[in-house]
Amino acid sequence: MIELRGVGYSYGGGNLLSGLELELTPGSFHFLTGPSGAGKTTLLKLCYGDLKPTAGAVTIDGRDSRRMDRDALARMRRRIGVVHQDCQFIDHLSIHENVALPLTVAGRDVAVEAANLEQLLGWVGLSRRANALPPELSGGERQRAALARAIIMDPDVIIADEPTGNIDWDMSKRLLSLLAELNRMGKTVLVATHDLALIRAAKAQVTARVLRLAGGTLSAGTEL
Amino acid sequence: MRRLQALLDAMWGDRQADRVVPPTGHTVWLTVLTSGAMAFLAVFALALSLATGRLAERWGDSLAQASTIRVSAPAEQADAQVEAVMAILVTTPGIADARALDLAEQAALLEPWLGPDLPLDTIPLPRLIEVTSDGSLDAEGLRLRLTAEVPGAVYDDHTRWREPLVAAADRLRALGWTALALIAGTLAAMVTLAAQSALAANRQVIRVLRLVGARDVYVARAFTRRFTLRAALGAALGAASGGLAVAFLPAADAAGGFLTGLGFQGAGWLLLPLIPIFAGGVAFLATRSAAFRALARFE
Repeated sequence: MIELRGVGYSYGGGNLLSGLELELTPGSFHFLTGPSGAGKTTLLKLCYGDLKPTAGAVTIDGRDSRRMDRDALARMRRRIGVVHQDCQFIDHLSIHENVALPLTVAGRDVAVEAANLEQLLGWVGLSRRANALPPELSGGERQRAALARAIIMDPDVIIADEPTGNIDWDMSKRLLSLLAELNRMGKTVLVATHDLALIRAAKAQVTARVLRLAGGTLSAGTEL
Repeated sequence: MRRLQALLDAMWGDRQADRVVPPTGHTVWLTVLTSGAMAFLAVFALALSLATGRLAERWGDSLAQASTIRVSAPAEQADAQVEAVMAILVTTPGIADARALDLAEQAALLEPWLGPDLPLDTIPLPRLIEVTSDGSLDAEGLRLRLTAEVPGAVYDDHTRWREPLVAAADRLRALGWTALALIAGTLAAMVTLAAQSALAANRQVIRVLRLVGARDVYVARAFTRRFTLRAALGAALGAASGGLAVAFLPAADAAGGFLTGLGFQGAGWLLLPLIPIFAGGVAFLATRSAAFRALARFE
């Protein structure tokens, strides 16, 4: 699915990441942990093509991310659902429209998917907030909306960057079980988190590997 | 047909894509106003180009066929000399028509310059013969023959004053087209600036669209639709008011000379509806290139 071979990344002067080897096979579930500033977000961005490696190669679906043109990148993003750390929305559109945005930009008929959309909003607990504007939402609500938006296209891979950073424990568990359910449906999941409680809670639901990123390198994952 | 549809789709964009960019209030009207003003000016530049074009053609063509023979002679010999010239003209190849003007016609020609109550009979006037050639007249040959046989007759084929007029008209026409090109360039520049400010103000929208998998074309369309429609709307209003202004220009009569031609004739009016279409096209291209340049900053 996504493969990193000898990947390095440097910002300006220093090397942030080097010699990363990672293979996300279809249907796998990975947690990515590590101290803040270790480059977790950078690693995720490399995985969904937002950043291009400065050394080695990232292959997404068999294609080298550095050789993708902008349109290929756009199409690839429709098959990888990403929950960003700073989940950004289009502020003058309702949550309903924001969650449906990936469908809209892909040229799909939102009306056809209306039932899915309602169900999804219900699942993340935002049915009653569907017509609210993003700035009116709390941090947790934004995070849930971002997750809904990430999976509306029914992607093969779901990448989440600190998805439980702003939400309470109950919601975190719900979110985790949604991710676990998606994983059972065959989706590849990669979650960056420093929340060890969340990783422990996952043990009961999925078979996940934990990757630890520190000092610019990735240490062998432990199986949960 | 399908290609046309695709082109129209690209120009028109789609309503859905348009919605993702927030409406921008008064700057909308700035674009419409600018485009309208440019279209209004374009109407006059176009009218000038077409009118001077017609003028140059008229002076070039119809006057090239016409020439004048002036016979200066004492009053008692004038008739005889005119007859002699007419006799020469009859035997000259390339003459389609030759006619001596009578005194009343000459008075009419002078009236606009010297007033109506001129005692013409007291002024020694040269006699004029209007010659229309069929295009194959050997002017130099005729001139030599006249000099030899009727010394008082001077052949004037109008070249001397026609050429600078034609040159002036041609230059005016070139100026008119230059003005049109400048107007189109200014419109493109203004739309580019407006589009750039809209693109800069909507960085977050562009970022989000790219993150959820929008292709560059989709993002660009969200902006091009808006600016194309605004520029076309403004230009339609501007061209309509310009057209009305030209249509209701005070009519100059025949004596008005140059001004008579300013305006549109016949099919020339059909150029006016092309102005908004052209403005829309210019705005489309300007916005599109600005959008793609701005998009290059986002992954």
